[in-house]
Amino acid sequence: MNNLIKQKDILGFGALAVIIIVLPLFVESKYYFIVLNVIGLNTIVVVGLNLLIGFAGQISLGHAAFYGLGSYFSGILTVNYGFPLWPAMVVGMMATGAVAYLIGYPSLKLRGHYLVMATLGFGIIINILMGELEQFTGGHDGLMGIPPLAIGGWVFDNDLKNFYLIWSFVFLCMVAARNLLNSRVGRALRAISGSEVAANSLGVNTADYKVKIFVLSAMFASISGSLYAHYITFISPSSYDFHYSIQVVTMVIVGGMGSLWGSLLGAGVLTCISEALHIAKQYHIIAYGVFLCLVLVFLPEGVLMGITNFLVKNKDKAANYKNGLT
Amino acid sequence: MYSSDYILELKDISKNFGGLQAINHLSLKVEKGLIFSIIGPNGAGKTTAINLITGIYPPGSGHIFFEGRNLIRKSPYQVAHMGIGRTFQNIQVFQNMTVRENIMVGLHSRSHSGFLRCLLYTPMVRKEEKIIRQKTDAMLEFLDLDSKADLRVAGLPYGDQKRVEIARALAMEPRLLFLDEPVAGLNLQETKEMSRTILKIREKGITVILVEHDMNLIMDISNIITVLNYGEKIAEGSSKEIQNNPKVIEAYLGKEF
Repeated sequence: MNNLIKQKDILGFGALAVIIIVLPLFVESKYYFIVLNVIGLNTIVVVGLNLLIGFAGQISLGHAAFYGLGSYFSGILTVNYGFPLWPAMVVGMMATGAVAYLIGYPSLKLRGHYLVMATLGFGIIINILMGELEQFTGGHDGLMGIPPLAIGGWVFDNDLKNFYLIWSFVFLCMVAARNLLNSRVGRALRAISGSEVAANSLGVNTADYKVKIFVLSAMFASISGSLYAHYITFISPSSYDFHYSIQVVTMVIVGGMGSLWGSLLGAGVLTCISEALHIAKQYHIIAYGVFLCLVLVFLPEGVLMGITNFLVKNKDKAANYKNGLT
Repeated sequence: MYSSDYILELKDISKNFGGLQAINHLSLKVEKGLIFSIIGPNGAGKTTAINLITGIYPPGSGHIFFEGRNLIRKSPYQVAHMGIGRTFQNIQVFQNMTVRENIMVGLHSRSHSGFLRCLLYTPMVRKEEKIIRQKTDAMLEFLDLDSKADLRVAGLPYGDQKRVEIARALAMEPRLLFLDEPVAGLNLQETKEMSRTILKIREKGITVILVEHDMNLIMDISNIITVLNYGEKIAEGSSKEIQNNPKVIEAYLGKEF
């Protein structure tokens, strides 16, 4: 059984790699490339957030801030201070992790929903600071001229190159998340969401693990934020508002809490719906809400599990029918 | 290495919740390698005593020594790392995981890879996973759960869930194991099997502290029985001695007129 799961994963990651390599051959318009790249960026955030929500049972409503911290650290360090690009990204990731630790440590010590409130407030504060600290952030007008990433002389300066860059990161992040889940740390995290008191009695330092997974999930968001800043080359506070925090939580739920592949699907489906509904202007949020309600009512385990269960049931039914059992 | 005949010692432990004196100047000595039972009427403080020892509540006053080391102010996870396992009165299995995975969590304190190593799945993680798998298989067999290894615990009958909880605690390779009402809610057949399992656990050299209401089981398998009432020890001895102790009879049945 466990070998089977691993084989399935290898198959899944193999398929993902092939799709990433081949897909650009079929995409012609710039617009679709942008959508695909945004899906990739969202997937990284959602995978990290799912580790926190789906596996450790904790909720953050401030992931826009961590995503934003990644973007602004990369942007400010490279534009204002002439930092080299990759080190800036690493510094951003570390600093974001440190900030997450400061938020998570006190609020996760307490039982209950303190992390939700703390991250909610934190997200709003950071978003305001992005607009107000003009001398660093460029204020509401945003920060312009962020250089694209490069390896050696190879500059990621168009949508296709960024597609490969971003999706390589998606692939690595998903492999890392899968590694974590298949190990003692991953099992301990799932144990915490199952019964905290039991996990503790088996030797899991639950308070420590909850803080660490929160920090890790913030770092995932930060990586994605850095990639976004170097890809779009322009950032402004409106990309990192409370709405984005809600959006990524929604993606986790729609994809399926505790489902790694669901994270990919959730990010994909909701990014596309968001895009498709742009014509509806401000009403698109209503359609978004209705979609979320429908998923919660009819596919509470998420779209991926919902569809899988449906297919398995039908297959069972078909098999039973063939065998003359029904 | 600590060498004494007593694996666990409680010295003058007290605990009150608000005005309620749950444990009142309790002292206990538990000899190594035995099945040590704690009985008493409802509310006598049996589960409270376990929760004090395993670090879930801090005691109001007194000392607790496990193999000579003080347990006061240790968190439950630290107590677990020191070699004390436990089950819960209202079972606390991980419903979202399979039987095998539940037991694998039990091996958490016997492995060391941290977040970074696990993210990268380094050779050390690979090696540890292999050992965890082998030990898990052995534990599945020990508690006769191999046929259900890959089922989700949520769908299993109550008796199986109780065995999963014991297997999980045993996977920690504890030297002292608390069983809080292991046969509550089980039928006769299951109770018999559980009693055999507890004896098998003692054979492994693990000291068992048993809290139970099932008197047949207690009298059958205990080496020493301690009786609590209103948080105080009112008697201690072999099953014969306890059965004929007037204080015990009074605690359970009330005074004779």
